[in-house]
Amino acid sequence: MYVYDQFDQAMVDARVAEFRDQVRRRLEGHLSEDQFKPLRLMNGLYLQLHAYMLRVAIPYGTLNSAQMRMLGQIAAKYDRGYGHFTTRQNIQYNWIRLEDAGDILADLASVGMHAIQTSGNCIRNTTSDQWAGAAADEVADPRPYAELIRQWSTFHPEFCALPRKFKMAVIAAEADRAAMRLHDIGIRLVKNAAGELGAQFYVGGGMGRTPMIAPPIRDWVPIDQFITYCEACLRVYNRHGRRDNKYKARIKILVHELGAAEYTRQVEEEFAHLLSQGIEPPAAELARIAAQFTDPPFETGLPDSMDLADPAFARWVRVNVSGHKAPGYAVVTVSLKPAGGIPGDASAAQIELLADLARDHGFDELRVTHTQNVVLPHVRKADLYAIWQRLEATGMGSANIDRIGDIIACPGLDYCSLANARSIPVAQAISARMAAREDEIGELKLKISGCINACGHHHAGHIGILGVDRKGVENYQLLLGGSEGADCSLGTITGPGFDEEGIVGAVETATEVYLARREAGERFLDTYRRIGMAPFKEALYG
Amino acid sequence: MAEVQFRFRNDELVEDAMVTVDAFGQQANASAVRIEPGDEPRDLLPHLERLRLVEVNFPAFTDGRGLSAARILREAGYAGELRAVGDVLVDQLAALRRCGFDAFAPEVPLNEDDARAALARWPAAYQPAADGRAPLWALRHGQGA
Amino acid sequence: MKLLTGNDLKSGAVIWWDGTGWSLHVEQAADVGGEGDVIAAREGAARRVVAAYVVEAEGTPQGPRPLHIKERIRAIGPTVRPDLALRPADPALGEWVI
Ligand code: SF4
Repeated sequence: MYVYDQFDQAMVDARVAEFRDQVRRRLEGHLSEDQFKPLRLMNGLYLQLHAYMLRVAIPYGTLNSAQMRMLGQIAAKYDRGYGHFTTRQNIQYNWIRLEDAGDILADLASVGMHAIQTSGNCIRNTTSDQWAGAAADEVADPRPYAELIRQWSTFHPEFCALPRKFKMAVIAAEADRAAMRLHDIGIRLVKNAAGELGAQFYVGGGMGRTPMIAPPIRDWVPIDQFITYCEACLRVYNRHGRRDNKYKARIKILVHELGAAEYTRQVEEEFAHLLSQGIEPPAAELARIAAQFTDPPFETGLPDSMDLADPAFARWVRVNVSGHKAPGYAVVTVSLKPAGGIPGDASAAQIELLADLARDHGFDELRVTHTQNVVLPHVRKADLYAIWQRLEATGMGSANIDRIGDIIACPGLDYCSLANARSIPVAQAISARMAAREDEIGELKLKISGCINACGHHHAGHIGILGVDRKGVENYQLLLGGSEGADCSLGTITGPGFDEEGIVGAVETATEVYLARREAGERFLDTYRRIGMAPFKEALYG
Repeated sequence: MAEVQFRFRNDELVEDAMVTVDAFGQQANASAVRIEPGDEPRDLLPHLERLRLVEVNFPAFTDGRGLSAARILREAGYAGELRAVGDVLVDQLAALRRCGFDAFAPEVPLNEDDARAALARWPAAYQPAADGRAPLWALRHGQGA
Repeated sequence: MKLLTGNDLKSGAVIWWDGTGWSLHVEQAADVGGEGDVIAAREGAARRVVAAYVVEAEGTPQGPRPLHIKERIRAIGPTVRPDLALRPADPALGEWVI
């Protein structure tokens, strides 16, 4: 794991001082709200439905037990005892006082954390594969490259007033566990025939009101030029992205309006120029970072077999535990989606337990997934039973990863001032009703957003739900056929929307069509792709 | 016309008549130009040797196009005065400076103490820009001081 | 009737204009008639409120009830965490909000 050196530490410390000063000037009246708002947003502080909300960055979703513990302590000390893990691999606190924000940032800085650029029109926290460093299918660990991006993008002076927010993701496997092509820039690390590492660039993806899958714009950028290429992509966007209409300001609109070919041409021209500007960090810097992402000291000769006599444990292992590159080890995904619970919420005590588990059994490492769960990336199979028991005892033992109960849900109208409808109660009703049928249904990714901004990734759900406001009443549209993986696709709206009760029934109906029509080995998504929308429509509205 | 409140140059203040980017190419004796957000800064590159002052207007501090314009000029070797005007606020000073601005004429004068604190805030920079500051990776690997 | 609501600048808490000052309780909110924008500007400038805006409400025997669900949720708290609601012990709360 990357550990801050004195330089990194000095930067976050300076940031804390700067933000304290900005808050002071706001409270003393030297800054108007119009002037202060972009400043607080650049530091992840929103004004939400009930209070200020603080979004803390978890760079590429990786953190150690001390950092996780601090997240729990902040929930207990400054919030109302819980936090919410987001689809951007971050954590949000819902009940923050402006007066406390400086102290919270100071506490975070004490464990090498911050809220820098977690909002605002700048380059946001870079996301990555939550199995990085543990997955057997990666060509390289993507995190050193994500860390290079973190450093390059942090306080980037040219890109601090972009037309709109900017999100990047880096992966290094063919399987896409980070929704890479639904980002402003998606980077996939690949190896060529000579075994050299390069970066594939996809630019102009995103969800929101105009969902788009990022087109590839370059197959191969030599790895020792990829930061320069990022800079070129951003400069073209900063100069030419639309600023006349907030809803057309994302880079996906620029790429779409120019066409991928013309956008690429402009980027290539800028790239050729920037190559002479000394922007690229040297290989020594990459080596310094990569040295901090080496494998933990795995034991050898560990057994791969486990005692699966306890059926509940066996089920959890089958659903939540995945293969690891090291024999005798496994990747555990801890579900923050109890049936009937609030997706992604964790209490201070749960967060601290996760920290304990990482310390006791997981080489001190944790990951946050874009599906709002938490991963222990390196655990001995021999420890799984003990881990599971501790999770069970604290309400985190659900065996439902990638099942219908593992719902992504944005905060929706219960917390979010932009929302049109509540997301969480719908997720709770669906997970409660469908829990007993999860095994029968198998993999089914359900994603709910409370408005068109799509923080709940509804476009990319096998089943997606979008909350809308119909004359002051909450209404829910149903989408089918989305996927955020390597087979990326956008869902299609089934037809007229449903009320809160109706949408739960509609989801059940859609799963019944699938169960009746599926062929051997088909997931919900496969069946939908084979039989199309018509049978679902017929069952829903016919 | 706002006053220059901060200037980080030793040469004399340039008071030459300001023309638009469009007009600059035609006016062979013009030496000062004003860049608006949508202008193409590279149109000025053939004329760098007669340029003494570039004023970049920020009608709203949230429009960062002027930041790219400044860096592009510095990258091309422009060494004259680069002045930020318009909605220039305390909390943008450090970024403006890094992008190559060396003079500031904010529409509303800034609190001097706040501005000085903002300019002195950062112990280092993560990435190279147009201010000649060595990025952190250079400090880490013993290049530059 | 029209209510004026916003957030307390320092704490972020949802507040309602009660005719002379700010209250945490929507049932104490005053009908601001056409004065909402003027009060909002004055109170915003005095840094007692942030992001103030006017909402439509109906009068009920228990006091004003905002017409839109969004403001009712703001008034009480997240519907999914009744334990955190402003009046957690009030059994009629759910019906009031939805
Ligand atoms: S999708 Fe809409 S309602 Fe949900 S968190 Fe995002 S902005 Fe809020």
